[in-house]
Amino acid sequence: MSDLLTPLFISTFIATCIAGVMPLLLASVGETIGEQAGILNLGIEGMMLAGAYVGYAVTIASGSLWLGMLGGAAGGMAMSLIMLVLNTWLGLNQIVLGIAITIAGQGITSVLYQENYANGQVSITPDSWMIPGLSRIPAIGGSIFSQSGIFWLCIVLAIVVASFLARTNWGLSIRAAGQKPSSLDAAGGSVMNTRSQAVLLGGFFSGIGGAYLSLLVVGAFTPFMTQGLGYIAIVVTMLSRGRVWIVAIISVLYGFTQALGAAMQLAGVSIPPQLISMLPYLVIMAVLLIFARSVYVSPVLGAPYTRGAR
Amino acid sequence: MAAPTPGVISLKHITKAFPGVIANNDISLDLVSGQVHCLLGENGAGKSTLISILAGMQLPDSGTIEIDGSPVTIGSPKTAMRYGIGVVHQHSTLVPTLTVIENLMLGETGLLLKEKRAKARLDELSDLLGATIDPDSLAADLGLGQQQQVEIAKAMWTGSRLLILDEPTSMLTPSAIENLAQSVERLTAQGLGVVFITHKLREAYSMGDCVTVLRGGRKVGFLSSDELRSYTEDEAQTAILQAMFGEDLAAAGGLADAADLAGAADAVREIPAVDFSVRPVVLELDDVTSAGRTMDVAVKDVSIRIHAGEIFGIAGIDGHGQTGLAEVVAGQRVATRGSVRFDGNDITRLGVRERQALGVRYVTDDRLHEGTVGSLSVALNLMLKRIGKRPFWRFGQINRAAVNDEAEKLIDQYTIRTPSPSTRAAALSGGNLQKVLLARELGEGAQVVVVNKPTYGLDLKTVRLVHDLLRDFASAGGAVLLISTELDELVELSHRIGVISKGEIVGTVDNDGVNTAEKVGQYMIGGTQDGD
Repeated sequence: MSDLLTPLFISTFIATCIAGVMPLLLASVGETIGEQAGILNLGIEGMMLAGAYVGYAVTIASGSLWLGMLGGAAGGMAMSLIMLVLNTWLGLNQIVLGIAITIAGQGITSVLYQENYANGQVSITPDSWMIPGLSRIPAIGGSIFSQSGIFWLCIVLAIVVASFLARTNWGLSIRAAGQKPSSLDAAGGSVMNTRSQAVLLGGFFSGIGGAYLSLLVVGAFTPFMTQGLGYIAIVVTMLSRGRVWIVAIISVLYGFTQALGAAMQLAGVSIPPQLISMLPYLVIMAVLLIFARSVYVSPVLGAPYTRGAR
Repeated sequence: MAAPTPGVISLKHITKAFPGVIANNDISLDLVSGQVHCLLGENGAGKSTLISILAGMQLPDSGTIEIDGSPVTIGSPKTAMRYGIGVVHQHSTLVPTLTVIENLMLGETGLLLKEKRAKARLDELSDLLGATIDPDSLAADLGLGQQQQVEIAKAMWTGSRLLILDEPTSMLTPSAIENLAQSVERLTAQGLGVVFITHKLREAYSMGDCVTVLRGGRKVGFLSSDELRSYTEDEAQTAILQAMFGEDLAAAGGLADAADLAGAADAVREIPAVDFSVRPVVLELDDVTSAGRTMDVAVKDVSIRIHAGEIFGIAGIDGHGQTGLAEVVAGQRVATRGSVRFDGNDITRLGVRERQALGVRYVTDDRLHEGTVGSLSVALNLMLKRIGKRPFWRFGQINRAAVNDEAEKLIDQYTIRTPSPSTRAAALSGGNLQKVLLARELGEGAQVVVVNKPTYGLDLKTVRLVHDLLRDFASAGGAVLLISTELDELVELSHRIGVISKGEIVGTVDNDGVNTAEKVGQYMIGGTQDGD
């Protein structure tokens, strides 16, 4: 197998890995913000699909991947508005709403896709930024350092979220809203505003996660293309308890197993491909089992806040 | 800290109604800077509602609030803070997963956390309060006294002119109360106004510059600072008691009994001593460790022996494994290690029903949800733990006549105030619900009863009734595990008091009448704050 470890092979391996990591990372970061603020967003799957579809449509219409990502963000946020109004403002049940958003996202994007793109799908070629010098390093140059600029922007966004949660008054309010909203209220903060921002940001990140998937990973939209990635994001979020660096580690693990599966197929290992495509999900389940004890669910997660109610 | 402006905050004709109850009825008060204003009244008198109106958590239905003569609307806690009204709520408002300094910074504006400035402010306030608090320890790790100091610091964070302390003393030891009193004195010397809410007469008298008494949502008495100064202690007590109980004073058993009910003096033991060497051990816990649930503290290596006729108290800050302990005894939670024995027989593996049949009973602190089914009748609630048993159920069919007869008997015996046995339990008041629970658990062959916070939120008369029931149960040979967050209650009722902290019993105190509260306090401090 050692003859397989050519620079080209390694390069492909890393690129596949990144393709697996990014959508999950972005979605989990969005879910983390929501969950830290006390909102369990089960609609993330639907938000990702909306982002993936809108991103695809905007990119085809405008020809710009960047505008496409922006469209994806708008798509995700539009879906999160349902959550915002019905749950955060009106206090409806988050679980029911989340499932409704997922089903709506799946249905709406499928119908629109059938209507507009089913005959004559256009595929999108990702751009790539060749970083001077670095992109010439064998193996990692052709993978890490010639990614799209969007890749770098998304990494920066994830880091910004991590440091905002830890170091700003806004982050503190988010964390308090998810642990003891009455304390935030009594301290003069606004639980409604804080949670509203968290919901919208959750929509934003799920949206760009979905758009990343359709634009930069697959190069096209197909119905149900997220294949449960949103649910995996929920698991990742629960495991990492608000720590974005753990979100990153688990996402990388997921991307790595996905790339490993592809590599095994390339290497001609005779395992049924269905088993190989199960691998990333199995790994996440294994992680969940091993660290099940560290899954911490805040007592107010999923509960709407009413001032003065005990 | 900005010098607080001398002046007065006036509440004028405040009325606030909730469905079914008028919590505040035409209440007027003047809160003057530099004075401690005590609000005295039993549970349900309307103290907390009045405070939540001042704190911006509720809006009054009618009436106005004036600050230095100009009317204001306090529509949110933020507004209250802007007017310099800081509140220390009865229930902790600290976020347990955040550090002290993070808790204090919560609610500040601006992008970045200004930790350095915050620590300087904390130092300033620590000097003022006379307390030292580690800014980087988690709020969950603080002892109760320290937690309270942090809450006060938080209430005064942005410079306060009025500090409201809502029932701050219930689990504090006498010396911690003394510390609190000193802090309060320092604050009033700075010109701050303080509102001190309590249901204990002796605290109102010793701490207050003036006292307002509330009863049933109305202001029924006021002693100005001049009056309070001109009275002797006995005269002041009499005046306050008359206001507190009004025409019910006779019903409460005359002045002396009323004074006792209202906590006029330090709590002393009120149960007869029992020679336990001749009494059998009824309930025995050996190194019991329980499985934790997601949120609350699990019980660790707890060993307790309770004799027949004994009341064993459990003291500790709320949420330190009390519920876990109660549920392990009741059979609602599995003991992962150790054994529970009843009358010498191992019952560790028995379920709730079997223990119930043996005579092990549990009165939960969650009366509304766990304890009763609101949509079922009072009669059925009284029978909840005997479902399916003869003669109340025959061949799977309910025998309504038998159930109602039994229910009426219990309603009579425990003076449960309900229109009829078929009234829905949800319609009962908290006190009557508690009587339903006690009637269900104490009757019919009960030998061990675990009571969790049995008097929490009850009015004084029901409190006394509950105490009498527990005392009678013990003197008839029953064993009681009394879990409470009211130190006074534990001192009055228990033969021994175990102190629980983070799920472990950190010490046991014989209640021999000498400084019990202080000894319990020592364990509480030692157990929660090592080396403090």
